[in-house]
Amino acid sequence: MLSYAIRRLLGAIPTLFLIITIAFFMVRLAPGGPFDSERRLPAEIEANLRAKYNLDDPLVVQYLHYLGDVVRGDFGPSFKYKDFSVNDLIWQGFAISAQIGGLAIAGALILGLAFGTLAALRQNSAADYGVMAAAMTGITIPNFVMAPLLTLVLGIYLGLLPVGGWGQVRHMVLPVVALGLPQIAYVSRMTRASMIEVLRSNYIRTARAKGLPERITILRHAMRAAILPVVSYLGPAAAGIITGSVVIEQIFGIPGVGRHFVQGALNRDYTLVLGVVVFYGALIILFNLIVDLLYGMLDPRVRYD
Amino acid sequence: MIQIRPLFARATLAAALVVGTVSAAEAETIFHRGNGSEPETLDPGLSTGVPEHHIQMDVFEGLVAPGPDSEPIPGVAESWEIGDDGLTYVFHLRENAKWSDGSPVTAEDFVYAWRRLVNPETAADYAYFLWPVRNGKAISEGNAEPEELGVEARDEKTFVVTLEAPAPYFIDMLTHHSTYPVPKAVVEEFGNEWTRPGNIVSNGAFRITEWVPQSHIKAVRNEHFHAADEVKLDAVVYYPTEDREAELRRFRAGELDYTYDVPAQQIPWIQQNMPDQFRNTPYLGTYFYAFNVTAEPFKDNPALRKALALAIDRDILTEKVTQGGEIPAYGWVPPGMEGYQQQQLEWASWTQEQRNEEAKKLFAEAGYGPDNPLTVEILYNTDDNHRKIAIAVAGMWKQVLGDVNATLRNEEWKVYLETRDQLQFQVVRAGWIGDYRDPYTFLSYLRSDIGEQNPSGYKNADYDRLNDESTVETDAEKRMAIMAEAERILLADLPIMPIYFYSQQHMVADHVKGWEPNIMDYHPSRFITVER
Repeated sequence: MLSYAIRRLLGAIPTLFLIITIAFFMVRLAPGGPFDSERRLPAEIEANLRAKYNLDDPLVVQYLHYLGDVVRGDFGPSFKYKDFSVNDLIWQGFAISAQIGGLAIAGALILGLAFGTLAALRQNSAADYGVMAAAMTGITIPNFVMAPLLTLVLGIYLGLLPVGGWGQVRHMVLPVVALGLPQIAYVSRMTRASMIEVLRSNYIRTARAKGLPERITILRHAMRAAILPVVSYLGPAAAGIITGSVVIEQIFGIPGVGRHFVQGALNRDYTLVLGVVVFYGALIILFNLIVDLLYGMLDPRVRYD
Repeated sequence: MIQIRPLFARATLAAALVVGTVSAAEAETIFHRGNGSEPETLDPGLSTGVPEHHIQMDVFEGLVAPGPDSEPIPGVAESWEIGDDGLTYVFHLRENAKWSDGSPVTAEDFVYAWRRLVNPETAADYAYFLWPVRNGKAISEGNAEPEELGVEARDEKTFVVTLEAPAPYFIDMLTHHSTYPVPKAVVEEFGNEWTRPGNIVSNGAFRITEWVPQSHIKAVRNEHFHAADEVKLDAVVYYPTEDREAELRRFRAGELDYTYDVPAQQIPWIQQNMPDQFRNTPYLGTYFYAFNVTAEPFKDNPALRKALALAIDRDILTEKVTQGGEIPAYGWVPPGMEGYQQQQLEWASWTQEQRNEEAKKLFAEAGYGPDNPLTVEILYNTDDNHRKIAIAVAGMWKQVLGDVNATLRNEEWKVYLETRDQLQFQVVRAGWIGDYRDPYTFLSYLRSDIGEQNPSGYKNADYDRLNDESTVETDAEKRMAIMAEAERILLADLPIMPIYFYSQQHMVADHVKGWEPNIMDYHPSRFITVER
């Protein structure tokens, strides 16, 4: 399995190289530049700025420079946030996004699996319909509606929780809930569907026939197979969630990495956009690898060779 | 997953530290201030935005400082003399002006900061702010050495500036962050990390102790500040609040004492439910549409430009569309410029019916009518308010003039800027906020030699000449008269169509005292107190 993981990581290098190349040229194609603003800079001053950021070199030379820096793990200085390097911005933001995202995913897994299994076991009962109706609601109400609703009710009317900011544990509650709710819904729907299928399979019948307690049949045997679609969904989804949700971060004023995606692109902050895209790409590759390794542990039919 | 765990640990530790400081600080007087967006940089020489300026105004102090009502008051300079030729300024620095590490602020600090600003290697956006100083422009262009800048430390506490030409607005400009002193030793030791907490040394009423990007910046009272006794707050915390709705919710929940802005669509609700905490004051800016006078149909066609400017009802636009307390604009320079006679279009006092009649007449004179309808496109950057205004304007043109087919084109901000700079439009929406309180900051915007900044491609030799004259005239009254004449030329040519003068909205909590409305929207925290 180790050699498989190493081979996969080596295989990721050309993918990352492609991501960097395409992203590099795409951001440069976008009209406008980092120094455009309502207040036009005098030509002499813009020339000084361009020289400082090496924007006067031919694009290919800039690209090779950038590639060299990335190989050394340096994403360069931010065009917009002059007191920080792109590495600083990404790591500071990621440390926070990962906390919120990690908690939201953990919550979604536990609650989603529980609700989904419950609904599958009591198929077509009131409990099933209740859970599935709640899940549908969770999926259809978008974040940007749910988050302000939560802050209005719990923060302003009831005064129980802060409506924004960062630093204390209570600041995490509402963002985690808002981020986790739709994930709970997805996970429980997926779990229900695959659990129903698994429960009808032969090996479950065998397990029941040989008199295994229902608890063990479900948790040890059925769950292992039913969780597979959830795992393959959560791999890429987790990469997205722990790199931050722009909407959630904006609404709750959380200093995560997510808003760098949007702000970086809008500001034409070339280095920041590229840094975040490469970072995100690397995370997706990593999570896909983790998913594949988990598959091996969960599904006895999968072998790595 | 192994990679993530130490990160969790580090972040949890950081969170624990923050919790600690917050609960210990509960007894202090802290002002929680919504501050727009995350600062690009806290380096006063490099920053460009308004949110940065609000922080820097508290943390640094220039030769001249903004008072509670934004009027310039002596800052690091206790007094100053201006030579008879209007070219030499001698500033006498306070004996007790100190950096937050206790060392004295000297004339050398200003010499260093100003040379640094114009040095091409610094690549400062605001280098041109010091172009009025002798050799300032030449240094920016690389044609002179930074040491040749017209500044001199005559002795430790005497700073002498020599200008290229008289600039009557020079003292007003010195409240701007680009002219603040910076601590040479710290800048040279830490490079672009010198503004981080722990490194930064500053000379204002507050000093920075925490900076969590996208979360908050905390500054505590600087005991070495020359007027530290008068500063009533123990600390100020600035929060980036890009989402205005979220900012309002945090204000309502009591987490913020002051908001940077107010969401326009909530203003009617606020006026009904929390009117006492709502502040709406005129702001030094003009919102306008520019005609591209270098291309058809607006080239050499003042009658058509005037017809379109007449045909829009500015009262409806401000009262029904924007609803933010803006003032209908019939001139280019906004009100509030001391000593300046505000200029207005000759039809400013007419009723809208009279204007509509005149508009129809001019429209026909320009050769448009049922046989030759006008097709025109309005360009604006993606934003709900700009879209609403463009729809209303297009509707008014159609309604009053009949044969107008106005289409709308919206572009993302940076794309829009590029389109505008290249004059690839017919009508474009734009806005201009003054840098300092002098009509010149508005009039120079439409000079033909200003480059791409001039949004309509306007060129009038008389207008440019009057602008030049206004920069050398030393008699204040004559100078204002020259600028008024320039504005009259502009309003006769109408390359731009003024729509409204900006206003700025804030929420200010009842327990915040000492907040004074003013046209620059400067509210230094050193004059503010919080009485809970």
